[in-house]
Amino acid sequence: MTAWTHRSDLRSSLGRSRRQRSGLFALVGTGALVLAACGSSSAGGGAPKSNAPIVIGASLSLSGDFSADGQAFDRGYQLWAAYQNAHGGLLGHKITLDIVSDASDPAQVATNYQKLITVNHVNLVFGPFSTLLTVPASKITNRYGYAMLEGAGGAPLAFAQGLHSIFDVSAPVANALIPFAKWIASLPASERPKTAAYPTSNDPFTEPQLPVAQKILQAAGVRTVYSKVFPSEVTDFTPIADAVAASKAQIVLLGSVDVPTVSAFIKAFAQQHYNPKAFIATAGPDQGTAFASAVGASNTEGVMVPNAWYPGATNPGSQAMVASYVAKYGGTASGVNADVAEAFSVGQVAAQAVEATHGFNQAKIIAYLHSGVTLTSVQGPVHFDALGENTSATIFAFQWQKGKFLQVLPVADSSSSKVEFPKLAWGA
Amino acid sequence: MIQAVVDGVLTGGVYALMAAGLTLIFGVMDIINVAQGIFVVLGAYLSYVLSVHLGIDLFVGLLITMPAMFVVGVVVQWVFISRLGERERTAMSILATYAIAIMIEGILGLVFSDNYVELNAWYVTRSYHVFGFYLPYIYVFGFVLAAVLLGAIYLMLYKTRFGASVRASLQDRSAARLVGVNVDRVATITFGIGVAVTAAGGMVYGATNSFNPNTGYDLISRLLTIVILGGLGSIGGALGAAVCMLVLEDVVAVVWSPVWAPFVFFAALVVVLSVRPTGLFGRSSARAQ
Repeated sequence: MTAWTHRSDLRSSLGRSRRQRSGLFALVGTGALVLAACGSSSAGGGAPKSNAPIVIGASLSLSGDFSADGQAFDRGYQLWAAYQNAHGGLLGHKITLDIVSDASDPAQVATNYQKLITVNHVNLVFGPFSTLLTVPASKITNRYGYAMLEGAGGAPLAFAQGLHSIFDVSAPVANALIPFAKWIASLPASERPKTAAYPTSNDPFTEPQLPVAQKILQAAGVRTVYSKVFPSEVTDFTPIADAVAASKAQIVLLGSVDVPTVSAFIKAFAQQHYNPKAFIATAGPDQGTAFASAVGASNTEGVMVPNAWYPGATNPGSQAMVASYVAKYGGTASGVNADVAEAFSVGQVAAQAVEATHGFNQAKIIAYLHSGVTLTSVQGPVHFDALGENTSATIFAFQWQKGKFLQVLPVADSSSSKVEFPKLAWGA
Repeated sequence: MIQAVVDGVLTGGVYALMAAGLTLIFGVMDIINVAQGIFVVLGAYLSYVLSVHLGIDLFVGLLITMPAMFVVGVVVQWVFISRLGERERTAMSILATYAIAIMIEGILGLVFSDNYVELNAWYVTRSYHVFGFYLPYIYVFGFVLAAVLLGAIYLMLYKTRFGASVRASLQDRSAARLVGVNVDRVATITFGIGVAVTAAGGMVYGATNSFNPNTGYDLISRLLTIVILGGLGSIGGALGAAVCMLVLEDVVAVVWSPVWAPFVFFAALVVVLSVRPTGLFGRSSARAQ
């Protein structure tokens, strides 16, 4: 799952009870923290004493539904902090990260940021993973005047709150499928698919994406033959995938939030001998070896996914980050998750804002980020609009070809390889 | 529609395999084993290890994983469950098995990380073509496996001396003790058998779904629904309820909307229990079989 994503959390009654209980703890904890906050300033941030380390707080999903992404984000933040400390820290202060786990729970994440700000008195805050958690987190940080720099809360829901203090360094989620849809629409009429299916999880990450692509494709004459939403709590995707197969759609745009969803659809399609000409999933195929091992290497062929970054990106900063990651955590470059780059980008943008404002004053940082300045990150340029969305982010589409994960769209980009179209049959 | 019914029947077999241990354990021991979901996941991981690292076929691997899980079940019963007091045994079992689930989940997380994995074999993505419908090998094999294992448990319960002891314990633990049944031993072996069967369910689940150490939470509410609907303690009821529920859910997903399918799954439980509080094969009738 890319860090744009989130999965709706509660997936079983036990999970619910677990979270309801944690929600109760969160409520009690929040009450205590509000009392604690009564005696603290809400100015936000503040400068550390000379030579004292600056503390950056973040809540991450180190367990629970988003734990794989949360842990990848943790590595991204840690990698950035190590890099920044090796280059003098922030304004001469060594960086210390104060990362707490929210167990993928929206109630816990609010409690965590309340505690980080009012009890731990952190100098800066970085965002959690997913829109689902960014929304409650940003309400808390906004209340205390903190800038919420995040890399995984890019769904429209996060910006619909009208907060002035939230900044997503990654690409806006709703636009993710535009390069794919425009590419299909640009194909000669004789090659262009005639029908499309749009199954999607009911998730704030996936749902905004499909209508945008559907509109472009329908305008190009691609008829919709299946368009249904399924709940994120689904554990058996077989009937839904079989219904898509029965529609005989020539292309499938799947609103998925994770590897299991994509894997279930691919396996069901293979079992039904259904081979669409193109198959793109909003998240899952970008998970490298995790995706390949789940679906089987031969079933990755031709599968596409939108994203704003991949380990082979030619951006020098990105290459250096990937090399650092491999040196610190092992593995290969292709195994570096996009979550790592998104987290690293958060740190980079924060560092530039602190350097530019010569301090940790949150109001000045927020004003600076809204000033129209263009910043840099391993994901590319960052320029925030009035809502805090990164309008400079470029979205690509990637495709698995012969076991490699290649950038294929936009076609005009010099780094893009040729799209495999139509894709080969499953297992080919 | 017909494909959805076929899907529901075949998937129901998989769920029956996963639920059989749960209903057996409750029937004999009055233990509500909320660790059943994590036992499914543990079984899937054992199959994963044998398949990926030793190249052993998933079904052949059951010859190793089922005995291994039997041992796990016996140890869990001896270390944790047998120490629960008789008076609040059922209520306390929820807490004890939840703690067990958390421990196993933590260990799996340390060993395998939280990344999703899946079991793969040549038959996972292939299917039979029968009367215009595709029947996936893995679901057909899983259904047959469920029928064989559930049939074996049924025969064990009703055709063996040990089965008579189990049923005596199931009907009245005190009375069973009075007639010479070693109830504690029966409970320990039954718990082991329940967990061993779950290894098979975990293998088929892992071959049809991605899983990670947290996946147990996705399963337990559905498994509890199935065993309650089928009648706590009834093996046949678990199979019947699993098939009914999965068919219902799949048909709703295709004919109406996938969004309503989970709702109907749980709504059916409420409706059935309001009409027949003991479930389709209620506890009293199950124990009288």
